[in-house]
Amino acid sequence: MRERDDEWTGLMRSAIAGDSAAYHRLLKAVTPVLRAAARRGLARAGQPVDQSEDIVQDILLAVHLKRHTWDVTAPFAPWLFAIARNKLIDALRRRGRRIFVDIDDFAETLAGEAPAETASPSEVAAQLQTLPARQREVLQSIAVDSASIKDTAAKFSMSEGAVRVALHRGLTSLTAKLREN
Amino acid sequence: MDTDQLIRTLAADNAHRARPVGFALMLALLAAAPVSLLMFFTELGVRPDVLVAMRNPFFELKFAVTLALAISAIAVSLHLSRPEASLRGFGWLLLAPVGILTAGIGGEMMMPQRLPMMTRLVGKNSSVCMTAIPLMSLPLLAGALLGLRHGAPSRPALAGAIAGLLSAGLAATLYASHCTDDSPLFVATWYTIATALVTAIGALAGAKLLRF
Repeated sequence: MRERDDEWTGLMRSAIAGDSAAYHRLLKAVTPVLRAAARRGLARAGQPVDQSEDIVQDILLAVHLKRHTWDVTAPFAPWLFAIARNKLIDALRRRGRRIFVDIDDFAETLAGEAPAETASPSEVAAQLQTLPARQREVLQSIAVDSASIKDTAAKFSMSEGAVRVALHRGLTSLTAKLREN
Repeated sequence: MDTDQLIRTLAADNAHRARPVGFALMLALLAAAPVSLLMFFTELGVRPDVLVAMRNPFFELKFAVTLALAISAIAVSLHLSRPEASLRGFGWLLLAPVGILTAGIGGEMMMPQRLPMMTRLVGKNSSVCMTAIPLMSLPLLAGALLGLRHGAPSRPALAGAIAGLLSAGLAATLYASHCTDDSPLFVATWYTIATALVTAIGALAGAKLLRF
């Protein structure tokens, strides 16, 4: 645990210093842990655990948009888990009833392996469709087609700066829409 | 969009740098301040005998109390804008204005007074005090909440209440220069009631606006 936390803190410091690859690795590393926590929370509340991916994506967006509130001299894990806890409680509250119901502990053995393919698209994917065309195209180009900022700029004949702005605005409004729903 | 795709997208946005919460709070308060100042100078204004009043330590004590409240509440609200933060270790800062005020009351008790205690406590301006402080607080409270939305408080109602304290502290600083009641007993009674009202509004608004 200690080593894992130190590794996360190191990666986040590099990320803040501008290392996008470190940031990518950090988000990849925390996701299974967030997934396990989301499943546990859903199971405790008597909700189907297949909704965990929406909660994980919600947490990741909040981590991204609020990372300036992390103090680079502090360990990363407590900050991350505070964000995750907040989002999880929020999500359970929105899904209604019985947040603190106790169920059998066997549910906790469902650790965070990758999610099963579900038929319904994620909430993020659904909200993506409601964004302005430019933001949606840029987000899809980077997310789905794994294009770089540079390639995306060339594809839509935009400047790289304009792509960056559209990308960030898209992520911000996506988060705002998720909160409203 | 699956989670891996989302992560790729977030990593692509890593170059974006948000301003610190303190900066956002400062900008928002600076934008709101002219509204409160306008309300103050059109409706109240500085008391005419201010030069004489400045020789009275109890006049100056009012500013020590209100500024201590505003400054400690700003510090606490910035602390609470981090998700893992709690009041522990920071909440005591809010006792600073209480301590100054208590010392002031003690000091006044030891000095010979022309007016009886109840007269000093009731004063002449209690109803103006209780309207003016909350009204002048409102623009500042709106600004503070807007600035603090930039943060990620785990307890939004509490963070909103502290935003109420800070805006009441700033508004009371303005009001203190108008009011002719300088007794710390008056401050402890009426300023406190006005501040409590703004704090309650802040808590209610914060519970809605400061969730992230």
